[in-house]
Amino acid sequence: MSTEIVKKKLILSFSPELAELPITYHLVKDFDLVVNILRAQISPEKEGRLMLEIEGEKGKLERGISYLQSNKIRVDSLEKELFHDKDLCVNCGLCVGVCASRALVLDENDELKFIKEKCVMCGICVKICPRRAFKIEL
Amino acid sequence: MIRTIEEINEKISKDEVVVLTAKEAYDLVKEEGVKKAASQVDIVTTGTFGAMCSSGVFLNFGHTEPPLKMETVKLNSVSAYGYIAAVDAYLGATARSSENPEYGGAHVIEDLLSGKRIRLEASGTGTDCYPKKDLDTKITLDQINEAIMFNPRNCYQNYAAATNSSDTRLYTYMGALLPKYGNVNYATCGMWSPLLKDPEYRTIGIGTRIFFGGSIGYVAWHGTQHNSSKPRDENNLPIGPAGTLALIGNLKAMNKRYVRGAYFEGYGVSLMMGVGIPIPVIDEDMMQQLSLGNEDIKTVIVDYSVASRSRPIVREVSYQELRSGFVEIHGRKVPTGSTSSWALAREIATVLKQMILEKRFFLSEPVEPLPKDRIVKPLEVRRR
Repeated sequence: MSTEIVKKKLILSFSPELAELPITYHLVKDFDLVVNILRAQISPEKEGRLMLEIEGEKGKLERGISYLQSNKIRVDSLEKELFHDKDLCVNCGLCVGVCASRALVLDENDELKFIKEKCVMCGICVKICPRRAFKIEL
Repeated sequence: MIRTIEEINEKISKDEVVVLTAKEAYDLVKEEGVKKAASQVDIVTTGTFGAMCSSGVFLNFGHTEPPLKMETVKLNSVSAYGYIAAVDAYLGATARSSENPEYGGAHVIEDLLSGKRIRLEASGTGTDCYPKKDLDTKITLDQINEAIMFNPRNCYQNYAAATNSSDTRLYTYMGALLPKYGNVNYATCGMWSPLLKDPEYRTIGIGTRIFFGGSIGYVAWHGTQHNSSKPRDENNLPIGPAGTLALIGNLKAMNKRYVRGAYFEGYGVSLMMGVGIPIPVIDEDMMQQLSLGNEDIKTVIVDYSVASRSRPIVREVSYQELRSGFVEIHGRKVPTGSTSSWALAREIATVLKQMILEKRFFLSEPVEPLPKDRIVKPLEVRRR
């Protein structure tokens, strides 16, 4: 089994009946993973969504994901989720002031830079961009 | 005066003109001083690109057979004002589509400019000379007779920055303002901004030829809410909103890169316009004004949580601080966002410089100066 340490951002979507399953507990306890909750939207009657950053040994991470999937939790990787359309963008930088994780910054040429690794998918840029230059595809 | 506009135009003809962008002029004065820079440079180009709500186009559609007097006019479900003449209408940038609140007049303008086919619905009462009562067709920009962009208020001379002291998020034309001074948004392009480089309107007046949306346009009048008697600071600059320009140009000749529809969440539709104005270096005082940098130009941060026309001022701030990404409010670092594109402001100043160097743009003498004694009056609502 690989002992390479990997880090992944995942979005978990689960049905109302799974809302009470203590998944983060199991990920930590059973698979030895470091779990950081970036965003959570969980209410008993509705579909829940949880954005996690998970770090651990590659093999254990994979088994952790299999555990989630075997419990009928949909697991989406976050890598390609936020899309910045440079043709639509005018580089105003209105998004910069509301981006708490500083994933959106203006560079020395006054142009917008999207630093994907820093994005926590809060989605505020999608809502406030006057040019509708951001899209989250789930 | 060290040079006239006529002399500058002659130099353009003879390929002898020296043109710098606002940033290049700033750098040169830092190196060489005002006097030397003034003797070397003929023109400094400025630019701005941002949401300018007070924008729109006059459209002449041509007559149908039989003719129709278009009283109600809709373009892609966005209402235009049809009571101008039989087939003329004014489409305001902020008008919203009845079908999609995120689409409006500004987007129709952008779509027209992009060559897209636009649905035109019109109706009238039917008269002897205009018997037809309605129509539903498709038009393109090429097909119609005129598309005259006339914007009653553009290029604000120094807009106020915005913040929000309340507990709830506000959605404004200045963007989303996060609670408890969560952010500060500003609109003016600092040292690139035309009316901050000729703050006393010494060279910009009625008839001034400008870069307007990628083509050549003109200053038509002072803009609405032109507040030119606002007090000036030690740099001759008004701190906060002052003068404005009414601009006119041919939409058909514009470039869609500099004319873009915008939608501000919770506020509505606006048009992002690109404008550039060349400032002739007529004397050393002009060069002095042109050399001001972001550190010299200030605005006020106002609190938008007070829903009143007189919003409290939180503090004064320089554009250098705004542009650094953070401003300090009550000892805390608050992130900033801009509603305008400084990248495009710079690009416009650079393109305008190139147009002048290639003899595609000559300066014009203003026909009349802009008024310098205007104030903005409030509207008092009285019962009788």
